Amino acid sequence: MGKPNIIKLVQGEKGNTIKITSLNLEGVMRRRLLDLGFVVGAHVEVIRKSPLGDPIAYRVSQTTIALRKEESSRIEGELLPNGE
Amino acid sequence: MSIQDLYTEAQALSTAELRDDVVQHLYERSHKLCHEGISYTKTKRDTRTEKLDAIFTSPIFGFPIMIVMLGVLFYLTIAGANIPSSILAEFFGFLEGYLTSLFTYLHAPDWLHGMLVLGLYRGTTWVISVMLPPMAIFFPAFSLLENYGYLPRVAFNMDRLFKRVGAHGKQSLTMAMGFGCNAAAVISTRIIESPRERMLAILTNNFVPCNGRWGTLIVLASLFMAANFTGGIKSLVTTGVIVGIVLFGIIVTFFVSWVLSKTALKGIPTHYTLEMPPYRKPKIFDTVIRSSLTKSWSVLVRAVKVAAPAAILTWVFANIYIGDTSILMYAVEFLDPFGKMLGLDGYILMAFILGLPANEIVLPILLMGYLSTGSLTEVDNLVDLKQIFLDHGWTWLTALNMMLFSLLHYPCGTTLLNIYKETKSKKWTFLAFAIPTVLAILVPLIITQTVRMFDLM
Amino acid sequence: MVNEYRIALAGNPNTGKSTLFNALTGLRQHTGNWAGKTVSLAQGNVEYKHKTFHLIDLPGTYSLFSNSTDEEVARNYIVFEKPDVTLVVLDATSLERNFNLALQVLEMTKNVVICINLIDVAEQQGIQINERLLTNRLGVPVIKISARNKKGFPLLLDTIDRIVTGAIECNPAPMTYPPMIEDKIKLIEPKVRELVGNEISSRWVSLRLLDGDETLLNEISKRLVPEEG
Repeated sequence: MGKPNIIKLVQGEKGNTIKITSLNLEGVMRRRLLDLGFVVGAHVEVIRKSPLGDPIAYRVSQTTIALRKEESSRIEGELLPNGE
Repeated sequence: MSIQDLYTEAQALSTAELRDDVVQHLYERSHKLCHEGISYTKTKRDTRTEKLDAIFTSPIFGFPIMIVMLGVLFYLTIAGANIPSSILAEFFGFLEGYLTSLFTYLHAPDWLHGMLVLGLYRGTTWVISVMLPPMAIFFPAFSLLENYGYLPRVAFNMDRLFKRVGAHGKQSLTMAMGFGCNAAAVISTRIIESPRERMLAILTNNFVPCNGRWGTLIVLASLFMAANFTGGIKSLVTTGVIVGIVLFGIIVTFFVSWVLSKTALKGIPTHYTLEMPPYRKPKIFDTVIRSSLTKSWSVLVRAVKVAAPAAILTWVFANIYIGDTSILMYAVEFLDPFGKMLGLDGYILMAFILGLPANEIVLPILLMGYLSTGSLTEVDNLVDLKQIFLDHGWTWLTALNMMLFSLLHYPCGTTLLNIYKETKSKKWTFLAFAIPTVLAILVPLIITQTVRMFDLM
Repeated sequence: MVNEYRIALAGNPNTGKSTLFNALTGLRQHTGNWAGKTVSLAQGNVEYKHKTFHLIDLPGTYSLFSNSTDEEVARNYIVFEKPDVTLVVLDATSLERNFNLALQVLEMTKNVVICINLIDVAEQQGIQINERLLTNRLGVPVIKISARNKKGFPLLLDTIDRIVTGAIECNPAPMTYPPMIEDKIKLIEPKVRELVGNEISSRWVSLRLLDGDETLLNEISKRLVPEEG
């Protein structure tokens, strides 16, 4: 259905699933995210925000990982229609 | 060909995307393995964890639950430790009578009785009766929370606050660890992967009172702050005071972190990731037994090991006279003017200095100091204890200052050693010593001078 | 002693690795439920069929690419201390990420047992795991256990026993990368082998060098090169 809707991870709403297309991070942080499963092609679901709005918890490779907006704003992906 | 040359050659061949490709391939293979080897009979997700997270990390309930948990944990520790503590103290006092009789029966010289019974025995049994009960409650209760998976949620809730002062949310976990033992907590900062934030966590961990300081804080709070209350209310007031002290420690932590991240540890907050594992019901019995046996026992053994020689040493210092003044008194008199400025006295400062190896022994050393000059009353209960303090001119201000000094002062010897091992830097270890020391002097100084200036006493 | 063997436990944080360690050794060591809780290497013994297994609890890590102190500690132990068997503990409820670490270990060393923990929780969630298929695919034994309920321990100990006696041989299925990477490995690997010999996997070292792992470089020059003068 039309063009893929590319958004930043941080823009995802609770319940959204996003398929990662690019990681605009370098160095150790990039490595850490890769190790945790934030690889290109991975499906990431937005789980919940922390009480103060940041960080946000994501579901990736069957685990829940919280990221700050500094990182989640540098990961981009395609917003998948609900139900994947 | 050396490995260095090979590395250069490999780097020349390599591309920036190599790591991505490697990891992506590992994940693809993982994915394929899962696809082939695992089948999902239900489409059920772990809804329990999600439901619990909706409560524990809720914008409305998240913080209140956290504060209530902390309060309940402290209340259980303080109220629950009261009775076993006094039973233990009575028991050891009862034993002491027999020990003394034994020494008399054997015609042992006075100095031997003094050193072994009044020094060693009293010092170590004090540590046991004051420390063991709170530890036996705090450690298992804390382990239950930890094994249940609640602690990462604390880090999740608190991260925004830590970020504001340039620190890492996981610092709340290492701080929680610090309630047990700062030395262990310094090692646990390894969970913070970014070096700058980890250093902050190391340098400020000391502002969380460890188990060795609980005894001091609880005793002073219940003697001087909750003195006019009885029964359950007394425990409640004591808990309130302790929570206040802890909150003050947390504020200091934030403040020091903020200052450091603006000065010595300047830089952008680096990377942050936090896993939130599913909640898992801990094996309650196993957890309680294991944490009592390992943590409580090993911390106690360490404390006694340090307390025993320090107790002997203190007794010796207090009983070797040069002219008509004991070595201890020389030191006390030397420190006294400075101590008085801080609303403390020479004995208290002396006790903190001799207590460098372990915080547990500060109060026993102090009592030994006080007792060695006055009458040698047996300390069977807290009323006697308070009398000793009052005889030496204590007021609520002295108690408050000593509590603050205890909260803020330099880390114990073991912690400093661990800080050096972890940072491998003399400079940072020195700072870890210097920052708290300066604060521990400044805060009581300001309070005391203010109180005196406005004549609030 | 001939009858003593070193068994290293590796795994992601929160997989119940320390629970398994405690349950097996009975050594009173604290377990935690947060990332990287096990900070120093706890050790404990298990007696089995007149043998002594020294269990070493490595720090829980997400990978072994030396991004942190913990990862370096775990990696150095597996590669340079050469335990007789490396036990990789996986969480049955999040195998996708957990296999990632297991695959990395398989690249580093040969004698590996994959231990899928929390199997009871997984089954409650309707996750069925075909361990025989996984064993075939990976080339090393895959065993399902529940450390909490002490389920699957006899088979686990027996498997370790049969590996150290040589009754089972582990043949980890090699990881194949895209041709672009494989070509580079081929170029570099013979030279690496010349340098490190058969002490450690030259293929793995080559990959790490290509990846630019400087900490490994230092470790190798410290541990291997001085012997050659």
